[in-house]
Amino acid sequence: MRSALKWLLGVATAAFIVAAFTWAPEMYRPNFATGGSDPWPTFRIVFFHVPAAWLCVIAFLVSMIWSIKVLRGYAPEKDDKAMASAQLGQVFAILALISGMLWAWRDWGALWNWDPRQSSVLILTLIYAGYFTLRSSIDDPEKRARLAGVYSILAFITVPFLIFVVPRVMHTLHPSPVIPDAQEKGSMNTDMRVVLYSGVFCYLGLFAWVMSIRTRIEAVRRRLSTR
Amino acid sequence: MKLSWLDTTLAVLVKDLRTEARARSAVGSVLLFSVVTLTAVSYSLGGFAIDADIQASMLWIVLLFAALAGLSRGFVSETESGTVLALRLAAPPTSVYLGKFLFNLFLLGVLDLILIPLFQILLPVASANWGLLMIGLVLGSIGLAASTTLIAAIVAQAGVKGTLFTVLAFPVLVPVLVAGIGATRKAFASEPVAAAMPEIQLLVSYAGVMLAASLLLFDHVWKD
Repeated sequence: MRSALKWLLGVATAAFIVAAFTWAPEMYRPNFATGGSDPWPTFRIVFFHVPAAWLCVIAFLVSMIWSIKVLRGYAPEKDDKAMASAQLGQVFAILALISGMLWAWRDWGALWNWDPRQSSVLILTLIYAGYFTLRSSIDDPEKRARLAGVYSILAFITVPFLIFVVPRVMHTLHPSPVIPDAQEKGSMNTDMRVVLYSGVFCYLGLFAWVMSIRTRIEAVRRRLSTR
Repeated sequence: MKLSWLDTTLAVLVKDLRTEARARSAVGSVLLFSVVTLTAVSYSLGGFAIDADIQASMLWIVLLFAALAGLSRGFVSETESGTVLALRLAAPPTSVYLGKFLFNLFLLGVLDLILIPLFQILLPVASANWGLLMIGLVLGSIGLAASTTLIAAIVAQAGVKGTLFTVLAFPVLVPVLVAGIGATRKAFASEPVAAAMPEIQLLVSYAGVMLAASLLLFDHVWKD
């Protein structure tokens, strides 16, 4: 069963990558100099950038949920899940950051623009870097789970501020984090959305798979160390 | 006699104020730190005419660093003097958190009162909406105190020394910093309070959410 799911994920992800480059229709953007519109090939990075950004928020949310469970009653497996999810969230945040920087380099003119959304994701990676530093500085597993759990909850509370509120207070070039409606800048047609959502689906599958590997490794490691 | 949570909160606050009045460690270090940072900033900018925008950022950087330098002490001092157990017995966790929070707020209030006149002498602002500046500082200080009190407790319980407090506190405080600088910038541009509504809303909601979350979470940090 597990191996069938793994193959399914592999095939789906391969299909998604091919579709993102070929099947998804060409996007055009207005050219204000000529009054017409130009093809916009760099737009395709959206299919890899947006799912990464969503998954980083989802992974941090999952980490917070497991942290709450740790605080309600400690079990090493719960703490493993909280940590594994935070690690994956960090990986997705860095992927979103890098893909965003590459896109900004081509379309906004510079790798780093101090755009509120760029800086929010950077601050998120700093917060979770702090989370891992805190974890590594406590030896007792139960205490580590408890204190890191509190910090993880506190950290996730700042996520809505950083992702949703601050970019509204400050000026941004970036479109809405949730899929924009038809009137807004950067709106997509149905085919594009299909590709984008299947990207999110593949990333979710990848997240679940790696998460299960990570927690199984931790379980084995704990069994070896207590024997 | 059964003490209410308000009595015990005030008792924790009064205890900290009394300790502070005798040793003057926190106020001294916070004030000196802010004066040194402010001098460094104004000296390195000395003579250049700088915009109100940059002045707002400078003010908050000095404020943030002084706060990070001073507010980390709250719980470490209890651990060092071996009074954690006594405090745990004497007061419920909510009161300990609130007492320490109020004490940190007091420290930040003293800091604001000293820093603003000094700032006005060293890096004078031509005109400002002082009311808006005060609103920004008060709300920002509440947000700063709420989250740093909880993080200071985490760091003290983790038993680690050094820079961990700054590493943990700074990124969580970024929303306060962004909104605080925004409000101060508008105050220095003499804009009315209504113009800074988005920043004020952000500061109020951050302070409220952080205070509520800290009250819920502090039990888990405090128990041993």
